Amino acid sequence: MKKPTVELKLPIIPNMELIATQTAEVIARHMNLTEDQSGEISMALIEACINAFEHSKAENNVYIHFLIEENSLVIKVIDQGIGFDKTKVEIPKIENKIGHDERKRGWGLQLIQELMDSVEFESNNEGTTVTMKKNIK
Amino acid sequence: MSDFITSVKEMNGITLIETNGYLNNVGGEEISTICYAKMGEGQTKFLINMAGTKIVNSIGVSILIEIIEKLQEVNGKIGYYNLAPIVSKTFNIMGLTKYSTVFETEELAVNEL
Repeated sequence: MKKPTVELKLPIIPNMELIATQTAEVIARHMNLTEDQSGEISMALIEACINAFEHSKAENNVYIHFLIEENSLVIKVIDQGIGFDKTKVEIPKIENKIGHDERKRGWGLQLIQELMDSVEFESNNEGTTVTMKKNIK
Repeated sequence: MSDFITSVKEMNGITLIETNGYLNNVGGEEISTICYAKMGEGQTKFLINMAGTKIVNSIGVSILIEIIEKLQEVNGKIGYYNLAPIVSKTFNIMGLTKYSTVFETEELAVNEL
């Protein structure tokens, strides 16, 4: 049987990431995920959407696919922006930001990786797909 | 007052700011505007009641880091209470808890900041 999926197409407009989190909350309840797991998914999703909206320089829509699997929820956030090289993204540390000129932002990837069970990035000059998985425990 | 900042009051020399809704860049700027105005009046202690803020993003939280940095220049302090678990976890991941304090309740926050 085909796995159930939910697909969203979000225009690049401020706060559209909240539509994605509302959808994620409904799916999390359907899957009987805990409140903590649901919160972690929403937070990771917000950060992935913001990256797609702001950093990808995508001009069109951002697509989000929720794949409901037997033992996990897989979320793909897809943009058609300029792509990025993950090896060039530094791991942020607050010690380097407070009292220094370093910009205070740049936490998105770190949060996504900490909050989800696995994260994969596929990126080239035609866009980026972030695939995030939360296992059912 | 805005939709996001629902109350600003003072107690025991501490400015208490109550928020409601999504802490994003706009919400973060609203908090910083109040903090910097109060700092201009000599206030150095701030508490944020986040009971109404169930969700945040890293841009909004980064503005709290800017406030922490400015408070360090005047030996000031900032703390937060009534945090949702995911907000508390986000603050931990980003390291805010190394430079500011999360309290369980307003009473503890006001007494211990």
